[in-house]
Amino acid sequence: MENAVNWRPYVAGALVGVLATLSVIVSTKVLGKTQYLGASTTFVRAVGFVEQAVDAEHVKKNPYFLKEKVKVDWQFMLIVGIFVGALSASVIDGSFKLEAVPPVWRERFGGGVGLRAVGAFLGGIVAMFGARLADGCPSGHGLSGLMQLSVSGFIALACFFGAGVLMAALVYRRRGGVQ
Amino acid sequence: MSDQWLGLITGICFGALLQQGRVLRFEKQVGAMLLKDMTIMKFMMSAILVGMVGINLLAGFGLVKLNPKATVLGANIVGGLLFGGGWAIMGFCPGTSVGAVAEGRVHAVFAILGMLAGAALFAEAYPYLEKGFLKMGSLGPITLPGVLGVGPWPVIAALAVIYILAFVFFEKKGL
Repeated sequence: MENAVNWRPYVAGALVGVLATLSVIVSTKVLGKTQYLGASTTFVRAVGFVEQAVDAEHVKKNPYFLKEKVKVDWQFMLIVGIFVGALSASVIDGSFKLEAVPPVWRERFGGGVGLRAVGAFLGGIVAMFGARLADGCPSGHGLSGLMQLSVSGFIALACFFGAGVLMAALVYRRRGGVQ
Repeated sequence: MSDQWLGLITGICFGALLQQGRVLRFEKQVGAMLLKDMTIMKFMMSAILVGMVGINLLAGFGLVKLNPKATVLGANIVGGLLFGGGWAIMGFCPGTSVGAVAEGRVHAVFAILGMLAGAALFAEAYPYLEKGFLKMGSLGPITLPGVLGVGPWPVIAALAVIYILAFVFFEKKGL
C-alpha cells in the first residue's frame, strides 16, 4: 500500500468548493438571489413538465407542483450543465466509456442488462422519494447544507450514508459477491 | 444575464469537476458504501472544507445571506434513510446520475427514469404528508454554531481538523 496519493478527488473537490463560493456571490450580485448547489428539486420540475403534457389540470391542482413551480430555473439548467460538462470532460481526456452494467454489479448479479435496469429504476424511485421527503440530496443537503453548517445537512448526510452502508452490505457482500 | 444562463455555466463547471474527480461512477459510489473506496468522501469533504470557509467568509462580510434548509427531524431522518437505501442499489445520486449518462454509463438512464417516477409519487403523496409528517420535529433553519451558541469559526476549525484526520486515515489505509 505504498502507492502515491491520488490527488484527483481532493483537487476536483476543492475546486467545487471554490465553484460553490463563486456561485453564491455571483448569483447574489447578478441575479439578486443567492443560489446554492442542489439537484433533486429539478426532478420534480422535470416530471411536472411530463405530467403537464398529459394532464395539465392535474399538475395545476397538485400542491407540491404549485410549491416547487414547474419551470426551467437556475437549478434545472445547472443539471443540464452537469451533462454538458461531464460529456465534454470525459471526451477530452478519453475517459468516456459506454457501460451497460457496472463491474461491481456484474460480480454480484451477472451481466444481465435487464436486472441492472430494474435495480437502477427501483432504487431511483425509493431514493428520490426519500430525497424529496428529506428536502435534499447529497448536493443540496450534503454539499450546500454542510458548507452552511446546517443541522439538517449533518442529519441528512449521516442518514444517507448510514443507510447506504447497510444496504450495500446486504446487497453486494453476500455469497462472496465482492471479495 | 438570466438565471438560466448562469445555472448552465455553473453546471458545466460542476459537471466537469464531478467527472474529473471520478465521482460519477457506480463503483465509486457503491465503493464508498462498501467502505472500500473513499473517493467520493474525499471529494465531498474537500468541497465542503473549501466551500464552508468561502461561504462563511462572504456571509461574515455581509456580502451574501446564508439560506440553510429547515431541520425537520422526522422528514430528514426517514427521508435520509430511504434515500440511502435506494442510493446503494441505484449507485448514483440525483446530480451524478445525469453526469454518469454523459460519460457513457447508459444504465444511469434507468436511474433517472426511476427518480422521475419517485418525484411524481412524492408529489401525489405530498398533500397527505404536508400537514402531519412533514411537520414532525420541525426545528426551523437551525445551524450547528447556532445550536452550540458559538460563531461559525470554531465549528469550521473543528470540522477542518476532523476532515484532515479522516484524509490521513483514508490514505494510510489505502481507501
